[in-house]
Amino acid sequence: MWLSHHWHAFFLALRRLVGSPLANLLNIIVIGVAFSLPTGVYMLLGNVQSLSGQLSGAPQLNVFLKLDTGKDAIEKLKSHLKQHPQVENFRFLPKDKALEQLKQRNGMATAINSLTRNPLPDAFIIDAKSISPETLKRLRNEMLKWPDSMHVQLDSDWMERLNALLKLGQIALLILTALLSFALIVVTFNTIRLQILTKRNEIEVSKLIGATSNFIRRPFLYFGAIQGVAGGAIAWLIVALVINLINSELINLVRLYAVDFQLHHISFEDSISLLLFSSWLGWVGAWLSVASHLWQIEP
Amino acid sequence: MISFSNVYKRYPNGFEALKNIAFTIKQGEMVFITGNSGAGKSTLLKLIGAIERPTTGGIIVNDQNISKLKNSAIPYLRRNLGMVFQGQKILFDRSVFDNVVLPLQICGFEHQSAAGRVRAALDKVGLLDKEKALPITLSGGEQQRLCIARAVVNRPSILIADEPTTYLDPSYTKDIMNMFKSFHQVGVTVLITTPTAALLESPQYRILSLNHGELVT
Repeated sequence: MWLSHHWHAFFLALRRLVGSPLANLLNIIVIGVAFSLPTGVYMLLGNVQSLSGQLSGAPQLNVFLKLDTGKDAIEKLKSHLKQHPQVENFRFLPKDKALEQLKQRNGMATAINSLTRNPLPDAFIIDAKSISPETLKRLRNEMLKWPDSMHVQLDSDWMERLNALLKLGQIALLILTALLSFALIVVTFNTIRLQILTKRNEIEVSKLIGATSNFIRRPFLYFGAIQGVAGGAIAWLIVALVINLINSELINLVRLYAVDFQLHHISFEDSISLLLFSSWLGWVGAWLSVASHLWQIEP
Repeated sequence: MISFSNVYKRYPNGFEALKNIAFTIKQGEMVFITGNSGAGKSTLLKLIGAIERPTTGGIIVNDQNISKLKNSAIPYLRRNLGMVFQGQKILFDRSVFDNVVLPLQICGFEHQSAAGRVRAALDKVGLLDKEKALPITLSGGEQQRLCIARAVVNRPSILIADEPTTYLDPSYTKDIMNMFKSFHQVGVTVLITTPTAALLESPQYRILSLNHGELVT
């Protein structure tokens, strides 16, 4: 009996949906367009995150030593770094080698040859065990305190800025999702309110012949959920189309930067989540509408 | 069985529709409730279907005390009552079949067994050949028969009808009344309101007369 009630409600909801195709299609498109915005932003943030991961690798610490640092001090530092619990590995870059490398760069040889002495310091390039910003900062501060240390450069600063921007983007995404979810609920609420008004006679008759509130409520809830899931599907289509369009142009652009990158499509899990979420919002909108209007109809 | 004891019904505007009503209708009895317009006939039927609640007094329908019935239990009470309403309450956007099948869908019947019952009910009221028709295409008498089919499709133990022959011409009236009699003959308790006892052609049935909300016989 329970299953029979649900089938009946589901088919009644479908019948109501195809009963006024244009109005319902417009509603679904509105929901789809509204939902494509947060979905698109979510996809963009995910892609930027993956791009930043591709570009940066693990952040490194460059410790530049004082110009007058002797060989003994360098050896001491090497053994200290070997035993350091936070250091994964390191390499020593002597100042002569650093100068050679600099000379090999285009346009630098003439300028370097004119120098009377090597201005570059000896340096250690260190990979830390942890890539958390806090640990890296602590390590930098520790190395700055070494007596032979002149300057410590942490190349994760730009990553931090990007992460901060991404966090800001995530907050914006949350706000956008909340606002547009509210809009979806309002659209469904209003659609169901109008349906209840037009089905007033049917509701009244059903109550008179023994329908429970659940029996009357169910087709409206299914309607809201179906409308929501259809809106989610439209949002998915819009985002998939936009990603395809951007990707076709992006290939030419990223080739210029020698980076292998293209926007990822919505994953299967995210697609399912999108459809479930939009369906749930439709259900909530319908439930609120039914709860606030159905009690007014009494035989 | 239907039993009223000292039932009063006063509407919020102060109008007293029923005063000190007391009677008992046995299982399988056929009773006519008569009285002029405003006598309280429809209110009495509404009390039986828990569409209205009594102000004071006790009402027992199918061993259930209506006065103390929880709102959530009302639908289940109504499923055991066949009701033919004064305003017909037909769904004009649905076919004859879909109108009649509604009480069975509410009770959760499977489509096949529901369809069998619907066709049996339509056959009983002579509308089997019009199951796909829209109610708007039916005559007044046929629409009333559709309401009766919807009321009996769930095979209720009590059938109540609020002025089922109003606005019908005499040939349809006789037809409809014969239909109720046939349900009574198979053991259904039938309760019918009608404006005046003079219209009744069957004096063997019990008559309850209402006058300004009071039972006079």
